[in-house]
Amino acid sequence: MRLLRIVPDDTRFDFMRFRRISFPVSAMLSIVAILLYFFHGLNFGIDFVGGTLIEVETKGGAANLAEMRSTIGALHLGDFQLQQFGAANDVLIRISEQPGGDAAQQEAVQKVRAALGNEVEYRRVEVVGPSVSTELLAYGTIGLVLAIAAILIYLWFRFEWQFALGAMIANVHDLVLTVGFMSLTRVDFDLTSIAALLTILGYSLNDTVVIYDRIREMLRRYKRLSMPDLLNASINATLSRSIVTHLTVSLSLLALLLFGGQAIRSFTATMMFGVVLVGTYTSVFIASPILIYLGVGRTRLGEAEEPEKPAEAPPANTKPLAPPQRARAPR
Amino acid sequence: MLFFTRWKAAGILLTALIVCLFAVPNFFPERTVRTWPSWAQRHIVLGLDLQGGSHLLLEVDANAVRKERLQGISDEVLRILRQARVPFTGRAIHGNSVEVRITREADVETALSKLRELSQPLAGILGTSGQRSINITESGGLITLTPSDAAVTERIRQAVDQSIQIIERRVNELGLVEPTIQREGLDRILVQVPGLQDPSRLKEILGKTAKLDFRMVDQSTSAEQALASHIPPDAEILDGEKGEKYLIEKRVLVSGADLTDAQPGFDQRNGEPIVSFRFNSVGARKFAEATQQNVGKPFAIVLDNKVISAPVIREPILGGSGEISGNFTVEQANDLAILLRAGALPAPLTIVEERTVGPGLGQDSINAGEHAAYVGAALVVFFMLVTYGLFGLFANIAVAINVAMIFGVLSMLNATLTLPGIAGIVLTVGIAVDSNVLIYERIREEVRAGRSAINAIDAGFSRALATILDSNITTFIAAAVLFYIGTGPVRGFAVTLGIGILTSLFTAFTLTRLIVAYWVRLWRPRTVPI
Repeated sequence: MRLLRIVPDDTRFDFMRFRRISFPVSAMLSIVAILLYFFHGLNFGIDFVGGTLIEVETKGGAANLAEMRSTIGALHLGDFQLQQFGAANDVLIRISEQPGGDAAQQEAVQKVRAALGNEVEYRRVEVVGPSVSTELLAYGTIGLVLAIAAILIYLWFRFEWQFALGAMIANVHDLVLTVGFMSLTRVDFDLTSIAALLTILGYSLNDTVVIYDRIREMLRRYKRLSMPDLLNASINATLSRSIVTHLTVSLSLLALLLFGGQAIRSFTATMMFGVVLVGTYTSVFIASPILIYLGVGRTRLGEAEEPEKPAEAPPANTKPLAPPQRARAPR
Repeated sequence: MLFFTRWKAAGILLTALIVCLFAVPNFFPERTVRTWPSWAQRHIVLGLDLQGGSHLLLEVDANAVRKERLQGISDEVLRILRQARVPFTGRAIHGNSVEVRITREADVETALSKLRELSQPLAGILGTSGQRSINITESGGLITLTPSDAAVTERIRQAVDQSIQIIERRVNELGLVEPTIQREGLDRILVQVPGLQDPSRLKEILGKTAKLDFRMVDQSTSAEQALASHIPPDAEILDGEKGEKYLIEKRVLVSGADLTDAQPGFDQRNGEPIVSFRFNSVGARKFAEATQQNVGKPFAIVLDNKVISAPVIREPILGGSGEISGNFTVEQANDLAILLRAGALPAPLTIVEERTVGPGLGQDSINAGEHAAYVGAALVVFFMLVTYGLFGLFANIAVAINVAMIFGVLSMLNATLTLPGIAGIVLTVGIAVDSNVLIYERIREEVRAGRSAINAIDAGFSRALATILDSNITTFIAAAVLFYIGTGPVRGFAVTLGIGILTSLFTAFTLTRLIVAYWVRLWRPRTVPI
């Protein structure tokens, strides 16, 4: 049975060649993302800035947004937004945080309920007061920083410091680009977004670690191979696995995106961007070459800016790695 | 790597089986499960975003607790100094302390020693912590009493405990199904009521402190005159139901703490809803005294600093029971009776967070989650079969058992499943497959390098497992942090992701190996069909 081989068996693609392009491009994209964050801003959800979110379903036909807007506008509750949410008769009302502390938020909800009356069914009501929203924002930020620190420490144990730093730079870059994406698309930035960011961080590190593991193995084995060649060989060796895994995760996320419903749409869209697009790109084009710049393998023979011929041929696929032996003592 | 002793194999299969069995109660209706022994009843709890319901986070007003404590200290200072016959002036509450000035220099020492009795040592973890409940200082005859932070924290904690009990009683009276009421942090209480659509009545009931007092109306002047000129020192102005002003004495004759029962009912004469109440013996005595001494005068029934009614005492009430009428609707009378029976909250509660999900959205979320899960699983299964053939089948079996184990562990922990939690499971399927992919790609490589079938498989497993461990741990750290900082649905995601990683590590290290090992043993292959 012919099995699907997406990646041919002995690819020899020179990934490292692109590092002169990928680094500047990434730096530029990161700066764009940071600018977007500061000037375009994130669409903070009520989890972080407080306020009220009401999702209603109008009985009897599609919702008349204009009418609803004027009804709620007449209540003088300050800034509010109305938008269609999924189905035609599904409306999402968002009211900004009312001055006057937690009690004032409750009053606002009552007013809206009284104004809309029996024409609508309330699918969801969420009210977050000022004290809780400040806490959630603090926890969210602390959580991200804590996760980055914890993972950095873990990597430091398992690998040398250059690897830990390289992985961190690559993955923080992932987060920055994802935040830029979220700013651009104005998805709701709430607690589930922090969940998405943390998952992207964890998963894309997953990817980087697999490549680093292979690089470390190669470093031990091929002592005279130049870094760019060694890195290329590592990536090529793990390419098949990477593509297959990224495809399976993409399939899962695709199912979630298409069928998971409106409620988690922003979450799955963010994950799709972060895990699939950015994660793959950074593991190959940032996390690996950065090791060169951090000085890994600087003392290798043949390590120069423009390597001509490697001192020893990269592992050919025809050479046996070790003489085949019968299975020895059982483990 | 491919060798399993019979015991080891049995152990692995048994563990997997037992964990999967824990998932079984989830497929049977609630009533059937209740008849099983208690250890078999553990099942997954659906989060509020899937079953619909209300989530309310209430905060105890810490300032009110502080103020009451200070008032209590102030009253005690009065009592102690009077008893010790020490003249004093300027007893007042300033900021966070009670201040009192001792008139005569000579009395300062006596006063201090008497007042020190108010302060009690606070318990620490191992006996006394060396801290006292009230810090007392003195300078130039002015004594300052400040409740220590530890004492205030303790009071708030007690207030929360008391509030939880009272909330439980109130919520039970409303007849709500299986509410969850628990402490959250130092000064907050979480109330979750599955199935509750409109929490307005619940919020009203929880929002009322329900402090009931019986006091005399101050008839020395009318309320308007007092407002215009000068309010007598022992009285205060309180509002009535419709905003009218009353001048009420501060002194409490009887309080709601002495009630034993309160029932809604109807007035005999005009059929209006009323609340009839009964005092305990102490309350009955106080009530009898008060009504005997004040026949013909109006007395006020004050609820949460509002005058509900101010009837005139027509005759002394010795039986210890009475009626409160005040333009109630039937529901208002009912609610008031509930509040009085349950007791007054020690401090006001504010709602700081509310999340209510209707059943429509809940059901939609379940459907969407299931749909996404089936489609996602089908896609991944198909893809694995197409890419790895027979070994893809092994991987699919392992992942299927993995998902069953996730449900099993969630059941064992009585964990809550939310919509992001379902997303977490779908994601775990994608990630769990990665472990198998790592192994298989490694096997392919070893085959290309020229190893024999069995050696290639063996080497593939041994080389890949270290990488699998490393890569999964980073995602696990992210899940752990998310669990710590998250609440509600997000926490559900962290839980399923974390558990999913653990079970997928287990299946990768054991089940996949076991299946492949048995296949090798039975088929004795020359080549690896991968």
